[in-house]
Order: sequence, then C-alpha cells, then structure tokens
Amino acid sequence: MEELDGEPAVTVIPGVNSKKNQMCFDWGPGEMLVCETSFSKKEKSEMVPSCPFIYIIRKDVDVYSQILRKLFNESHGIFLGLQRIDEELTGKSRKSQLVRVSKNYRSVIRACMEEMHQVAIAAKDPASGRQFSSQVSILSAMELIWNLCEILFIEVAPAGHLLLHLLDWVRLHVCEVDSLSADVLGSENPSNHDSFWNLPGNTQTLTELELKWQHWHEECERYLQDSTFATNPHLESLLKIMLGDEAALLEQKELLSNWYHFLVTRLLYSNPIVKPIDLHYYAQSSLDLFLGGESSPEPLDNILLAAFEFDIHQVIKECSIALSNWWFVAHLTDLLDHCKLLQSHNLYFGSNMREFLLLEYASGLFAHPSLWQLGVDYFDYCPKLGRVSLELHMERIPLNTEQKALKVLRICEQRQMTEQVRSICKILAMKAVRNNRLGSALSWSIRAKDAAFATLVSDRFLRDYCERGCFSDLDLIDNLGPAMMLSDRLTFLGKYREFHRMYGEKRFADAASLLLSLMTSRIAPRSFWMTLLTDALPLLEQKQVIFSAEQTYELMRCLEDLTSRRPVRGESDIQQLQDEDIETTKVEMLRLALARNLARAIIREGSLEGS
Amino acid sequence: MEEIYAKFVSQKIRKTRWRPLPPGSLQTAETFATGSWDNEENYVSPWSIGDFGNLDSDGGFEGDHQLLCDIRHHGDVMDLPSFDQERIVTASSTGCVTVFLHRPNNQTLSVNQQWTTAHYHAGPGTPSYSSAPCAGVVCNNPEIVTVGEHGRINLFKADHKEATRTIDNADSNTFHAVTFLQTPEILTVNSTGQLKTLDFRQQGNELSHILSLTSDRVPLHCVDRHPNQQHVVATGGQDGILSIWDVRQGTMPVSLLKAREAEMWEVHFHPSNPDHLFTCSEDGSLWHWDASTDVPEKLSLFQQGGRSSTFLSQSISNQANVHQSVISSWLTTDPAKDRIEITGLLPSRSLSVNSLDVLDPCLVCGTDAEAIYVARYLFFIEIL
Repeated sequence: MEELDGEPAVTVIPGVNSKKNQMCFDWGPGEMLVCETSFSKKEKSEMVPSCPFIYIIRKDVDVYSQILRKLFNESHGIFLGLQRIDEELTGKSRKSQLVRVSKNYRSVIRACMEEMHQVAIAAKDPASGRQFSSQVSILSAMELIWNLCEILFIEVAPAGHLLLHLLDWVRLHVCEVDSLSADVLGSENPSNHDSFWNLPGNTQTLTELELKWQHWHEECERYLQDSTFATNPHLESLLKIMLGDEAALLEQKELLSNWYHFLVTRLLYSNPIVKPIDLHYYAQSSLDLFLGGESSPEPLDNILLAAFEFDIHQVIKECSIALSNWWFVAHLTDLLDHCKLLQSHNLYFGSNMREFLLLEYASGLFAHPSLWQLGVDYFDYCPKLGRVSLELHMERIPLNTEQKALKVLRICEQRQMTEQVRSICKILAMKAVRNNRLGSALSWSIRAKDAAFATLVSDRFLRDYCERGCFSDLDLIDNLGPAMMLSDRLTFLGKYREFHRMYGEKRFADAASLLLSLMTSRIAPRSFWMTLLTDALPLLEQKQVIFSAEQTYELMRCLEDLTSRRPVRGESDIQQLQDEDIETTKVEMLRLALARNLARAIIREGSLEGS
Repeated sequence: MEEIYAKFVSQKIRKTRWRPLPPGSLQTAETFATGSWDNEENYVSPWSIGDFGNLDSDGGFEGDHQLLCDIRHHGDVMDLPSFDQERIVTASSTGCVTVFLHRPNNQTLSVNQQWTTAHYHAGPGTPSYSSAPCAGVVCNNPEIVTVGEHGRINLFKADHKEATRTIDNADSNTFHAVTFLQTPEILTVNSTGQLKTLDFRQQGNELSHILSLTSDRVPLHCVDRHPNQQHVVATGGQDGILSIWDVRQGTMPVSLLKAREAEMWEVHFHPSNPDHLFTCSEDGSLWHWDASTDVPEKLSLFQQGGRSSTFLSQSISNQANVHQSVISSWLTTDPAKDRIEITGLLPSRSLSVNSLDVLDPCLVCGTDAEAIYVARYLFFIEIL
C-alpha cells in the first residue's frame, strides 16, 4: 500500500467534546457510527455526563447528489446492455458495439455535466455554486480520461487514424484550439493541407501518406533555410510551428491550455503518422517541456500519462485514488474487461480487479436507501463473490411496507436464495404476530414454507378459539387450500374449522367422522382432545344415532387414553380442586353419553342386520 | 405512431396519475402527478408535458415533461388518486392520508387536509403505538375510502376531521388495492388472492361476496373497473396473470390471461376505449392488450415481430346466459379463437415499472430505474 500523501482531513462532530471524553466508533458498510463514551480522558474515572446522541458519518456524499443519481441510473442500463452483448460476436462487429457502449457512457457523463453546469449557474449561494462547479470539473476530467481510453484501448486506432482521433479529443475538451487551428489553416500552404488530410475514405496506404508528408515537411524546411519568410517574423514562426519546432510552439503557450493540447499539436506537425507505441515518449517529453520545471504534475496528468503508456492498471489505480467514488473505475474496468484487455490479476482475496471494483461500487449502492435495486444487477455479474455478497446485503434491507418486501422477495426467489427468503418471511411473520395480525403471519409462513412457524401461529389461533369460543379470520382459514398441508397443526386448524362448518350445515354424519379421524390420526394435539370430546357431546346427545358402535368404541378408547395419563395430584389448592371437579364431571358426562350412544348404536345395528 | 419521451428524475416513482380534465372539455392531457418511494425524503410532484400547440423548428414537439413544483411527503407514496381538478389525495406508508391542493396559477402545492392516524396497529394512546401503511385510496367527491395493510377500511369525507366510518379487521391479510364498483360499493383485493365487496349503505361490517382465484392464494396487486360496465373488473396478480371477473356471478374469474412471470403492479382500462387495457410489471414491461374485434385486418399474434409473449389462457365460465346486449369483449373472449394483440410499449427492459395511467391520447408510467416515460398519440387512435 502507498503511504498517504498528506494529512487526513479532520471532521468535527457537533456536540461531542472530544477533549473531555473518549469517543468510540464502529464501521458499517458505507458509514461509521460514532458516539461519546463515559470514559473521561483525565485520570479520574468519574462518570461525566456525555452527549446522548449516536452519530452516523457518511463518507460518500456523491451517492446522495440528485444529479449524480441520474448518472447511476442511466449507466446501470448501459451496463446491463453491455453484459448481454452476445459473447459470440468477434472482430469488427464486436468492436463497433463496444465503441458504441463507450460512447453511450460518455454521453451520459456529458448530460450530467451539462445539467450540473446549469444548476451551478443558477445556484443562489456562492458556496454551493462553487461546489457544483467543482463537481462539473471532476465530471469533465472523467470524460476526458474515458475518451482517451476509448481511443487508445477500445477503438485501438492505428497510426494515421490515431492522430485524427486525438485531434477530436483535444478539440472536444479545449475551446481555444479552434483559434489556433484557424490560424494555421489560414497559412501559406492550404492546398497541401487539404489534400493531405483527406484521410477519411481515401485509399492511400500508410507508406504513401508518410512519403507525402515527408515531402511536404522537407519543402517547409527548405523554405525556412532559404529564409523565404525572413522578412515576416510572424510567418517565420508559423513555419517553425508547422515544422513541429517545440520552442516555437511553446512560445504560444497561452493559446495552448494544457500539455496534452501541446502534445497533439506537436504531433500534428512533427509526426502525424505516429504509432500508438511511440506515443508515450512524446507524451512524457511534452509534459516536461510544458511544465518547464515550474509546477509538478497533477493527478489528472499522471493518469493521462499512464494511458499514453498503455498501462491500464496504472490508469485504474490512479483514478481509484483520485476520485471519490467507485462509479468511474468500476464501469471503465468492466468495459475494458469486455475488450479482453485485463489479464486476470489474482488479487489476494481471490477475484480479479473488475470484480473487486464492481463489488465495491455495488456495496456503495446498497448503503443508499433507494439505489440498492441497481446494486442487485451489479452483483449478478460478479461470478465469484457476487452471489454471496448479494445474500448478505439482501437480508439487511429495511422493510417497512409489504410492497417493498415483495420486491425483495422476488429478487431472492429469482436467484433461488431460499435461506434469505425464509429469513425475510420469518421477520415479516414475527412483525405481524407482534401486531396481532395472525392471518398475515400465517400467510408469510406459508410463503416461506416454514412449517415450524406455521405451527406456532396455528397454536395461537387455537388458543384464541379456546379463549373466545369462536374463530377469527374465517376468510383465511376457510380458504387455506393445499397450503393446509404445510404443518400438522395447520391441517388440524383447517379441519377443525371444517368440522364446525359441517356442524353448522347440519351434516352430522360427516362432522362426526371428521371429528373422529382428527383424534385417531393423532393430528390433534393432546391438549385439545378434551375440547374435541366435549364437541362430540352434542352429537352423542342427538335424537338419531350418529356415531356407530365402532366409532363409539374409538371415542371411548380416546377418553380412557386421556384420563389414564393424567397425573395423580397430591396436595392441591382450592382452585385446582375445583378444576379437577369440573374435569371429573365432564369425564363422567362423557362416559355416560358414550355408554348411552353405544347402547343405541348396538341396538340399531343389530336391528338392521336382523331385517 | 407513438413517441415516447423518457426522463430520469432522481427518485423511484411509485405512482403516476393524470390530472383529470374538466368534463366535456376538448383539451388533451396536460398535467400528471408523481409520488416517489423508498427515499429518505419522498416527494409528490406535478409535471407538465409540452404544450401540444408548440412546435419547434423541425415540426416536432417541445420535448419532454417538466417539473412544475413539488412538496415533501412523509413516508412512501402508496397511492395518488385525484380528488377533483385541483386536489390530489395521497396514501402514505406511515398510515397518513393527505389531501394536497395544487394551484396552477402560481404553481404551488400545499397540504389541504390530513388524517395522520388513519391506519395504525395499536391505538394512538397506547404505549405500543405503531402505524401501519395505507395501501390504497379511492375517491368519489366528497368521499374518500382508504384501505390499510392491516385490514382496516376507512371512509372519510373531505373537510371532516373524523372518519365517517371505520371497519377494523375487514381482512385477515393485507389489502392491496381498492376501487369503486357503483358509488356506495367498493371492491378490494388482498394478498391471498381474494376479491371482497363492501356496500357502505349496509350496516354490517362484514365484507361480502368473496371471490377468489383457485386455492393457490396468489396475491392480487391491482384492480380496475371497466369504465362502462360496472360489474366487470380486471385484476393483476403476483404471478403475472391478468384476470377478468364478473362480480355479479360466480366466484371464479371469467378469463385468465398470462403474459409473464412477474408481479403485475397496475392494470388500467382505457377510459374511452375499454377494449384496450394496459398493464405494467415488475420485470420492466408495459403492455397494451387489445381485445377489440372490429378491426378488419386483425393481425395474428404470431405474425408481428417484436411482440414477445408466451400467451396461454383459459376461459372458465360459460357466458351463454349473460344478456347478449351488454356483452363486453373481455367477457366473451375465448382466447383460443379470438386473438388478443399484446404490444410492449417500452423500448428496453430494466427495472420494474411500478405505475401507469392513461388519458387520451397519452400514457405515462414511472419506474424503479428512476425514469418517467410519456407516450403520446397511442397508436390505435389513428385507426378509429
């Protein structure tokens, strides 16, 4: 790691007295929590009153800028389009597609710049106006670098075309160049200029061009040596410029706004058919000559220099240091990776540079309350660590409305993240239970296929039924459908409700067999058996015989089962004795009813057989 | 042909609605309102599309939509119907229902009335008070009906402080949307795929007439009533199935049309040409469904390129006993025989389209990619 170039900036936190008390902090994904502790800095360990707030400190202000959000959203669309470009495409068609993608990115940057410029002009107070203006210049620098990378790495312009592209590049970014070229073009040898620069669509080969240029260059030199224009110092310096004389060019320094402008002009006149690999030599010397030892190169200069040297990794590294968020390097690296320009450097945590940068960018997006949806797609295209990062992030998205929860669940289900689905549904179900929305809680557990939670909620329903004597949420329980099979308790709940419905519709025979099956199939929890048997009482007391003899024997067996298991109580208080009394009375009533029913059933069945 | 204008607006759009035009007016759609969600600060904003009279130098219109003004909104904007020419009602994820007044002459939005505790889990006085999101609002001047995620229905009257009527626990699950059938009767859809109706004239608090899809309990997200036939509604659900229902009869939908496997967030009948229907989905698609049967050269679904749809449907109930005179083409659609044209309206797909609204001859929609699209001159207008 590099050493820091300067002292880190100090941020003062309002309300916290760092001289008196010690502070503590903890890192989050994109933020930091800071608060004051009660530990005093002085030797005495008395507890002094401290600031009661916990502060959240954010580093990445860019994510919150309104205008930059448009950049993030639009570039997200371009990113997705790039990933979906057919891998089969090779050669020229692929290159032209990649160049188009690069131009799209650049136009988005420009649009953003334009808008921010408008806002900077219209800003009411000078401080924010300055802030916007500085943001505009950062965006401008980004576009400058991207454009150069497009020319050198993506377009891969060959000698000859290279200089044309560089001319366009400079022209786009420097306004004053127009006056200079107008100057030169209006000079003595326009015809030579015109025919020479007829490059688009012409069929001359590189050697022919080179010969032509050599010829013209020699002619100019001859003019100079013959002192043809000695009388006119202006024209003579023009001639020197056209010969690519560096000193003459440097004399016009005010017209050349920066060193790369100087570089391109110099190349235009001294070596227009420069090959890409020779560029870096000219670049380095142009930078040195232009700065003239007065000032040192700025970060932007170093980045451009690295680009001219075709050192992509250096470009990306310097950009990462200089820029405040990962947007630029992430997208540029991804594009260059699609051009197959990055060897997979194995960084020490196992993935390559493209993936590292995309992961950082996407994590930054997830720290924002709204832009997390964009982050999802970026994680999708990180083959090694994307999925696991996405799983961790998805679980931590705050869910305050059902619609947001549904969107999050849709994202998880699409990617078969069953663990996350289950955990999110469980959180929502717990929230619903706490708010006494049992129906909602049940729906969530059904969606998560969480049998344990469904059992819990069903128990709550049954308990409510026992307390109130009636069911709540009938519209839910009556319409459970196949979801009933999720857990035994849930099935019992549904079937028990069905029993009540049948009883209400006077379908006694069906109700009776259902009741019996609930007990014999052991779906019913033991605690409920007494209730079920008590429910059977009215059926036993009916005029007609509903339970057959066989069924009655079953019921008796269940009753004995139940009573035999009850522990014998020793000393007990009044309430328990009263309860026991009630229990005993109930059991006796049941036994009586069962016996009577058995008698009638046997008689009835005996009679039928006889007739 | 339609022209579609896109604009990135730095906020995820949850709802967009056209401002209604005065009845009988000859104007075309001019202003729409949007509500955002999932931001730390959400906004309700009216926008204006270019004046149709203004042609720029190449004869095209002035360009895309412009923000008129905005106002901060506490919580996500869950629903945004228009109350009248000037007032918009919003439902918030904090359980608050607000009426905003938009004055076009000085372009300001202000809060006209607010019911802050319209929806909550535990009461405002209790220590465990927590608000519940309000899922949907529907207006019929002067009444406002709101439904909450926790199963409560409120009936408000504009300019009255207290709710006229409140029904608690009207649904054991969460309401997702509400619409008026005939004026005192509303229809709601919920997260277990049930449609329930409630007539406010009746005293009881029970919702009647539960209709539902199969027992699959697929949540329904949106509902819209046919503009001319008040018993016909269309719903869209989580599995992307568009269902047409006749609420007078049966407990099953009349037809099911499936487009894609993603939640259908909104469904709208075209207000003056109800044979056309529009839907938008979580997968970023915006579809135009054309069931009109009177176009002579009806193109077959399979001939047109660029119309991607896996289209299977089932017609469920027998329509023979319905009065033939008020037949709707949606009810009689037997998709195996008749052809429903489906057209995708957005140029490329990215994030979810959350909301759409149609007002002749324009369509507006808002997405999670923080973009608003406005389509002018929906194409079939030229045929008619």
